[in-house]
Amino acid sequence: MGENGDGDGLAENVGQRFDRLPATADERRVEGRVSREEVCTYFEERFGMPLETFEEYTFWEKGSGRIWIYAGEAPTPTSVEALGMTCLRTRQEHWKPTTDFVARFGHHATRCVIDLTREQAARFVRGEDQELPWDGDWGYLIAACELAGEREPLGVGLYVHGEFRSMVPKGRQRALE
Amino acid sequence: MEPLERYRPIIDDFEAFLEACARPLPSVVRVNTIAASLERATAVLREEGVEFEAAAWNPHVLRLTDDAQGPGSTWVSFCGMTHGQEEVSAVPPVVLDPQPGERVWDACAAPGGKATQIAALMDDCGTVVANDSNLGRLSSLRFNAERLGASALAVTHQDARNFSLKPFDFDEFDRALVDAPCSCEGTIRKNPDALDGWSEAHLESVSGVQKGILRRAVQATREGGTVVYSTCTFAPEENEAVVDYVLDAEDCHLREIEIDLEHSPGITAWEGETYDERLERAIRLYPHQNDTGGFFVAKLEVGS
Ligand SMILES: C[S@@+](CC[C@H](N)C(=O)[O-])C[C@H]1O[C@@H](n2cnc3c(N)ncnc32)[C@H](O)[C@@H]1O
Repeated sequence: MGENGDGDGLAENVGQRFDRLPATADERRVEGRVSREEVCTYFEERFGMPLETFEEYTFWEKGSGRIWIYAGEAPTPTSVEALGMTCLRTRQEHWKPTTDFVARFGHHATRCVIDLTREQAARFVRGEDQELPWDGDWGYLIAACELAGEREPLGVGLYVHGEFRSMVPKGRQRALE
Repeated sequence: MEPLERYRPIIDDFEAFLEACARPLPSVVRVNTIAASLERATAVLREEGVEFEAAAWNPHVLRLTDDAQGPGSTWVSFCGMTHGQEEVSAVPPVVLDPQPGERVWDACAAPGGKATQIAALMDDCGTVVANDSNLGRLSSLRFNAERLGASALAVTHQDARNFSLKPFDFDEFDRALVDAPCSCEGTIRKNPDALDGWSEAHLESVSGVQKGILRRAVQATREGGTVVYSTCTFAPEENEAVVDYVLDAEDCHLREIEIDLEHSPGITAWEGETYDERLERAIRLYPHQNDTGGFFVAKLEVGS
């Protein structure tokens, strides 16, 4: 069973274990699994993160469409609780980066970053939606605000129809000023 | 507080010790260098008007001197630049001294204060295997690891006493930390009811688990590698006695610990038992010495 399973047929995605993403789509053995190349290209095209950012990392899938980024060593497949951090959901129409990935790697982004004032940022980290002007692409954006003179990525929001919806998970929301 | 009376013979200035145990703990955060440099994190704290003082022994450990807001309700904390962590709980990873690129095992890792500190000390580069046997606590560990951006950290759910490296493609670690489950007497300042239900019978059963985990950690670490054993308790049954047992049972020896914090040496005799003399190299951190919680730390090197 698994990635190197039964010959030409695509194997099933096994939910309880981690599989390393194939380097490219041609090496794909599991139906619907994205490749490392597609993930890096997405981060580069959507957020302008240079491809080199991810040179030292591997990408993994556990369960359907949950992609993890990991800096350590592990064989594929492997059975553990977590490898590094979840970074992206791919099995939905629009791919969605996680808040924690953005907090960790968002400073490499050069596009689709929406700069919030401190009040807007406070609403964002409380988990609230807000009306905001934005003339870039719609969809998932990196929310940032200035802290001590530097831009700081905060998390992910969804921009549609003039509204910016906070995607900060419940457990990460905070009441700040 | 009554169970603490049994330590009167081994603690200098026992009255000051009891007094310190009755006071609440100062609020302390550790700067998470995975998310921000010390300069950046402190600049944001200052901008937020949070007053702090760096610990003399470790510039990344900050005591919040006016903690009206609580350590979690700041922008630095939201951004993962700081993590609330008791001051002496930051000692074992410093003693472990992990290096970037190494393979490190944290045998009892949840909720992850020390595992994420280990990842930060390694510049988030190498492999930190953070293990715990309690699934509920593992979810806090995962939450903290992701919030702090520890990407070199893998999480496993095993009984550390018979930990298997099967999920990995290497068969030994460079270093291991055993921050063991214990009777938690040293957390009395944080949890005033930490001593409820205390009994000598409990000490005996928990020390059996501690011995099993520490043995496995020595076995899983390469020749010349480092194993640190720590607890947040005062009971010699859970500290020196455990290390003494493993010194006999496995191939390892005690190393000196250098740390710029007031402390007492490990003890070599307790209630009729005697331990290896080199247990004086272990350290006991008492609440009245540095205005912290209590901790015990021993540093072992694998091999003779
Ligand atoms: C003192 S706490 C660890 C705190 C952690 N090192 C930190 O800094 O956040 C001890 C942990 O040991 C775990 N534990 C207890 N027995 C265990 C065993 N046999 N194997 C692995 N973990 C165990 C408990 O679930 C608990 O989370």
